[in-house]
Amino acid sequence: MSAAGGVPGSGHEVPGGTWRGISFEDRMSTVEFRVGERAHITVDSDVCRSCTTKACVTACPANLFAPTSEGGILFNYEECFECGTCYMVCNHEGAITWTYPDGGLGVVFHHG
Amino acid sequence: MGKADVVPTPGVSSDTPAFDAVVVGAGPAGSATALALARAGRSVVLVERGPFPGSKNVYGGVVYGRVLDEVVPGWWNEVPVERWVVRRSTMMMTGTQSLAVDYRSAAWGEAPYNGMTTVRSRFDNWLATKAVEAGAQLVTSTVATGLLRDGHGRIVGVRTDRDQGELRANVVVACDGVNSLLAKEAGLMAPAEASHHTLGVKEVLDLPGHVIDERFGLRRDEGVDIEMLGCTRGIPGGGFLYTNSDTVSLGVVLSLPHLAEAKVRPEELIADLKNHPSVAPYLRGATLREYAAHLIPEGGYDTMPTMVTDGMLVAGDAAAMTLAAGLWLEGVNFAIGSGLAAGRAVDRAIAAGDCSAKGLASYRSDLEGQFVLADHKRFRKAPALVLSERIQQRYPGLICDLVDGMFTVTNPVPKPGGVRLTRSVAAKHGVKLRQLAADTVRALRVFG
Ligand SMILES: Cc1cc2nc3c(=O)[nH]c(=O)nc-3n(C[C@H](O)[C@H](O)[C@H](O)COP(=O)(O)OP(=O)(O)OC[C@H]3O[C@@H](n4cnc5c(N)ncnc54)[C@H](O)[C@@H]3O)c2cc1C
Ligand code: SF4
Ligand code: SF4
Repeated sequence: MSAAGGVPGSGHEVPGGTWRGISFEDRMSTVEFRVGERAHITVDSDVCRSCTTKACVTACPANLFAPTSEGGILFNYEECFECGTCYMVCNHEGAITWTYPDGGLGVVFHHG
Repeated sequence: MGKADVVPTPGVSSDTPAFDAVVVGAGPAGSATALALARAGRSVVLVERGPFPGSKNVYGGVVYGRVLDEVVPGWWNEVPVERWVVRRSTMMMTGTQSLAVDYRSAAWGEAPYNGMTTVRSRFDNWLATKAVEAGAQLVTSTVATGLLRDGHGRIVGVRTDRDQGELRANVVVACDGVNSLLAKEAGLMAPAEASHHTLGVKEVLDLPGHVIDERFGLRRDEGVDIEMLGCTRGIPGGGFLYTNSDTVSLGVVLSLPHLAEAKVRPEELIADLKNHPSVAPYLRGATLREYAAHLIPEGGYDTMPTMVTDGMLVAGDAAAMTLAAGLWLEGVNFAIGSGLAAGRAVDRAIAAGDCSAKGLASYRSDLEGQFVLADHKRFRKAPALVLSERIQQRYPGLICDLVDGMFTVTNPVPKPGGVRLTRSVAAKHGVKLRQLAADTVRALRVFG
């Protein structure tokens, strides 16, 4: 259909329709991710241990930063919007290494 | 037309550039740059990291298309439009109240139109196709991972994540969006400053077209644009609602440092908005089709990077060109305008045989002479005003309460006089009449 050959597909239908009712999982299941093998973002949990704000935890729109019981952070790169919020709100040098996924991989928006 | 899976044979070993220009990012800025250059007969390769143009991009959104008049005459006959915006509403709200200024124009529903709703997977693809038809080579699924420099430090191309994927060119045009890793690598932009950025989160909701028509008072192809202030729990920002053909886009825009500090999750603020008594009835029965998030460079004129260096230009969001001054949220038209100007400047520089910063300097003066930098310069103080504490946290409630005081009938108590009402409402919201007057004057200055 286009120069690049991409076909914006149809999204998922989410049953129900009351907003508070949508679980975060259902919300994220509406987004297409072509997950690559390389983690394009890494988090150094040792640095996070000394962080008092843990700003990433609530600000990341994909909710990918999970605080651990030892005061660190468990991070999963797979369902990431590649937005940049995390490295901008983090004020600990070296905590986050941020790159883009390899070409063609990562999030694919159809209704952006 | 290229479903370009193959990186064009680069001049790996030779010093001669394979292209006149390599443009990084097939968003509106990059495709406009490539279009202008291809039209001028220059060889240009357009590199996009997503599988198709638009696949990484998120906006509200409304595109104001008039910037295309010259390059794609009659663009409105072929652009992938959802609806033409004929109604624009600005809403001030509290958790339970809202006051809207609602403007409707029949002229906006006729060519050449004003704004259109469209989705980026289709719009960006369309514009990239225009560039390809003009002769640009589009390479998707390819990340520009860094800059190539010659012995003098001059930028001479980009590295990509393809095998042997070096692309050499006379000029690199960085149209790589808000996070612009290339502008940072080139030293044109300081490390990202959270306070100059907002996070936009958006839900696209399925709703049948005829239901949208009825609920929003629209006829087929007509659309509405609603901007909202006061709906983000005091976090500087705002909300938006746009009608597409069979979907509605609803979202909030949030100042990054304040979002981080508030410890609120962004999707909770969308949920607030969807449950607001002024919004919920519009969306009854709508279901989530896609959730999305993206940053906006909101700092405006005073936060823009240096736009030109030896062998490289920066355009669009990579140069912080979104005009996000409360009443406006326009970035696509600014990206296209700056891309076209970048293309012209590169063409001139190559013709003159000087692609140094000096040879490319006409880019900046071109932008100053047209809306791109003229609008930004005029409204350079607007971001600070619009994101200020009183505008964000006090005025929406103050204004709603003023209107409430005027329209709530309190018989047998007589109606309050205007001055007394204003004073008491202002006091309730912690604003002095003196500040109200000063802010009015300031607003007139900033927007006047
Ligand atoms: C929530 C929200 C609402 C908005 N609402 C509106 C609106 O209603 N109207 C409006 O006009 N504007 C709106 N904007 C602003 C608008 O989206 C941007 O201003 C516009 O997209 C900028 O275009 P661009 O081409 O500069 O950058 P982008 O559209 O971001 O394009 C950059 C491109 O570069 C690619 N890229 C990045 N890095 C690399 C790399 N290293 N290698 C290869 N490719 C790369 C990306 O994949 C992307 O395709 C909104 C923005 C947001 C976030
Ligand atoms: S990533 Fe940054 S903000 Fe998040 S916990 Fe670690 S140091 Fe703190
Ligand atoms: S880039 Fe955005 S979505 Fe991805 S981890 Fe960072 S904040 Fe979360």
